[in-house]
Amino acid sequence: MFSRDSWQEIFQTIKKNKLRTFLSGFTVSLGIFIFIILLGLGNGLKNSFNQFFLDDATNTFFFFPGTTSVPYKGFKANRRIQFKNDDIKDIKQNFPFFLEYISPILFRAGTISYKNKSNNYSYRGVAPVYQFAEQTIMMQGRFINEDDVKNKAKYAVIGRLVAKDLFGSEQAIGNYIIIQNTAYKIIGTFQDAGGDREERYVYLPYTTIQLNEKNTDKINQIVLAFKPELGYAGAMIFEEKLTKFLKEKHSISPTDESGFFIRNVADNLNKNMQYADILKLIVSFVGIGTLIAGVIGISNIMVFVVKERTKELGIRKALGATPFSIVAMILQESVFITIIAGYVGMIAGVFVLRFVGDSLENYFILDPFIDTGTAIFSTIILIIFGAIAGYVPAKRAAQIQPIVALRDE
Amino acid sequence: MGSNVLHVLKGINFSVEEGELVAIMGSSGSGKSTLLNILGMLDLLDSGTYTLDGVPIVNLNETKAAKYRNKFLGFVFQSFNLINYKSALENVALPLYYQRIPRKEREEVAMQYLKKVGLSEWATHLPSELSGGQKQRVAIARALAAQPKVLLADEPTGALDSTTSYEVMQLIQEINDEGKTILVVTHEPDIANMCKRIVQLKDGVIIEDKKITQIRASDYV
Repeated sequence: MFSRDSWQEIFQTIKKNKLRTFLSGFTVSLGIFIFIILLGLGNGLKNSFNQFFLDDATNTFFFFPGTTSVPYKGFKANRRIQFKNDDIKDIKQNFPFFLEYISPILFRAGTISYKNKSNNYSYRGVAPVYQFAEQTIMMQGRFINEDDVKNKAKYAVIGRLVAKDLFGSEQAIGNYIIIQNTAYKIIGTFQDAGGDREERYVYLPYTTIQLNEKNTDKINQIVLAFKPELGYAGAMIFEEKLTKFLKEKHSISPTDESGFFIRNVADNLNKNMQYADILKLIVSFVGIGTLIAGVIGISNIMVFVVKERTKELGIRKALGATPFSIVAMILQESVFITIIAGYVGMIAGVFVLRFVGDSLENYFILDPFIDTGTAIFSTIILIIFGAIAGYVPAKRAAQIQPIVALRDE
Repeated sequence: MGSNVLHVLKGINFSVEEGELVAIMGSSGSGKSTLLNILGMLDLLDSGTYTLDGVPIVNLNETKAAKYRNKFLGFVFQSFNLINYKSALENVALPLYYQRIPRKEREEVAMQYLKKVGLSEWATHLPSELSGGQKQRVAIARALAAQPKVLLADEPTGALDSTTSYEVMQLIQEINDEGKTILVVTHEPDIANMCKRIVQLKDGVIIEDKKITQIRASDYV
């Protein structure tokens, strides 16, 4: 069946029937090509989705205070909860197993000026590790470090747009800005994937702000990160234990849900991943649809090819071709064409995706790609179904009485 | 197609000896082509027996029929039935391909038979580049290439003008002279008279079966 002779016979048929070969090959190539393009673009859509929603670190908790709703341990209801520096210290001491890092956040806003230019900005007192929580990217200089916190240094790290507003093309680093009548030296500028709003922030050491406010130890919020290797389940346990610990420390009833609140990014992440999964499902659905359309296309072509060859097959049978040799010939030919054309379509699709690259970023398609496994798998699927699609008409053609095949004129 | 039952042959009883050149005649619809197709195992018989070279042809499955056709029978059709994308040589070599003869040998044998029908110079030409007579001669060469026991010709001159027809008949006579058994279906009396025996069919029965004195086609050419 796979002798050199039969291959020569097939190559001759392919060579002498170029249009037919081209048509069937083209159908296969196009099917695979469109499949790969669609799946790649779908992946690109998923990528930009991930980028939009996953800008902050994904292993962080935000704690913000509230007011108690039930009396507890002699305290009345409606008591405001206030986080303080010792909360940070206690969490650090009690949860070393879970904790990756922790930072207080102090939210302030006010006029910030440089020379004669001034504007209203939000500014925040934070610890050095806050950089990881916000996934701030330094453009120039550095972020706040431990020494700055310890020395209560009058340093400021400003957002890209703050630098643009106040300094224009001038070098910001090394200059001083005035916040609340105090001069701060700029030690770094940053950008943030979170967008314009986040690039209009100014970060100061939290100790410096506390010093300026009569050496207070109050903080507004706490951000902390668990160790990523804990996973989602570990994070949930950590959240539970931490909640219990803080409720006890601040004398909040275990059943009181409004003493403080937790924003769990891991939880949000889970929801966003569900959206991403739905997106992926839609993309796969479209892909499978394309693949089915491709298989139908190949089936049609095969029916046409066999129909066109009916007379030739009749002649071959009259000359002594067995039904098996007829089926083998048609299948061998169709599988050969499908493999070559499928490969060409696959390579073309992958090439186009690579060529497109990030040029469609404005259409929310980022880094479209298709992994090699999927590409090869779908090509093989198409080849197998192409063979099955070819087998049915080939089998029927092989069983026609030669005289019937020769009769149509 | 084929679901209506139609009895075409209604009791045919005849035998052909080795080396005979038989013309099967009859008007259209008389069953002459059907008879030839059954002899050629291109069509199946509903009832009766058929013995070829001492072998009873019964319970033919397709594979078996294909092997018998390849070994015992050579076909010549009215419409030539050459494969249009193959050269004359490749067409002649095709039955040998199904005998699993190696390529080189196939081509040698095919060339030999093309020479026999006088077309060795046209070996590389496609059927579309050949005249009707040439095509039929290629078809005859192809039918002979597998060295069959019987040559079955269905209206071999039906699509040819009379001069070409006589040329083709001359070739058939020459092959018969070498001892090959040949059956020719025709409705032309002059072609029939170039055979050695004429079988007249009408409405599916033999109405006449006579031996005749052969008229040599070379007399006309």
